[in-house]
Amino acid sequence: MRRLLPHPWMAALLLVVWLLLRHSLAPGTWVAGGLLAWILAWTYGRLAPPPARVRHLPTLLRLFARVAADIVRSNFAVARLVLGRRRRVHAGFVAIPLALTDPHGLALLACIITSTPGTIWVEHDPQRSVLLIHVLDLVDETVWVEAIKRRYEQPLLRVFQS
Amino acid sequence: MSQIFLAVAVVVAQGLLLLAMGFALVRMLRGPRAQDRVLALDAFQVNAMLLLLTIGLRVGSALYVEMALVIALIGSAGTLAFSKFLLRGEVIE
Amino acid sequence: MSALPPWLAVLVGVLVLAGAGFACVGSFGLLRLRNFYQRVHAPTLGSTLGTFCVVLACALGFSALQGEALPTVLLISALLVLTAPVTLMMLVRAALYRNRLEDGQALPSARGDDQKPMP
Repeated sequence: MRRLLPHPWMAALLLVVWLLLRHSLAPGTWVAGGLLAWILAWTYGRLAPPPARVRHLPTLLRLFARVAADIVRSNFAVARLVLGRRRRVHAGFVAIPLALTDPHGLALLACIITSTPGTIWVEHDPQRSVLLIHVLDLVDETVWVEAIKRRYEQPLLRVFQS
Repeated sequence: MSQIFLAVAVVVAQGLLLLAMGFALVRMLRGPRAQDRVLALDAFQVNAMLLLLTIGLRVGSALYVEMALVIALIGSAGTLAFSKFLLRGEVIE
Repeated sequence: MSALPPWLAVLVGVLVLAGAGFACVGSFGLLRLRNFYQRVHAPTLGSTLGTFCVVLACALGFSALQGEALPTVLLISALLVLTAPVTLMMLVRAALYRNRLEDGQALPSARGDDQKPMP
């Protein structure tokens, strides 16, 4: 099974995208989409991605809900900062020591931090396991370090590295 | 009554999006360095995509939504290529 | 557009206005904020909540009209959620590289050479 279809989830995702793009569920669409999904999933396997294993799905879903709420909240925060009367915005870089080393966990953390307005992933050093982010509304560095570690890193550690 | 509100809301939203495109255009022209211009171009494309979606909503045609999808695809790929170019001076190493 | 029930028309109108408002504030931030690393945060407003509101409005509007656009609208939002952070990260990396190499700015690094924050 694995030999015939190397990445079943990737293939299924590609097939769904194809069906959505074509707006049809006709047999021909299924055949063409299936063929395309199979070829592309095989190509993806040739890139030799590191294996991903989600160990705790409820934690991951709860993390997504939390991120969605945080994105809405920080949208309003950044909008207030842009429209506010304050001329000086106190922005700066924050270095955060990380315990997370799994590549998929780090990729997800990067997307979470960057999608949230007001914070952006800048650099990560895998040797020292230090992450550098830029924060638009930097009042206290330790607050940000603590918040990122508790709100995002802990769930990701449970999902990918427990 | 609610139909009038919707029509007015869509037109006002289109005005706001045009204004946003104007802001991005000003930053694109002024931007001290290339990265500012690329950032402004990215914002410009997102605003254009949203404008197409609102036009599609007003006209009731799915064609505009397909156009918005194409802009979303091309726009992100373009910004990625620009960033890669700024990083090393080459797009594909 | 005239086939929408009244409550849905009001909801779609409010969503479109909110989305366009967020996109507009985000682009205004491009002008208002003062250096590149501050400006990077501004367009995220348009690509997260701005797009989300407009996409939701389109999804509601088109599903009430039985249009064919619903799957495409969903694809747009999924695509933007995936690509927007990646392009932004890439752009910040490029800016950091250029500032270090060409402008000789003392920017902090994850390797810990210089922890001085930039104003």
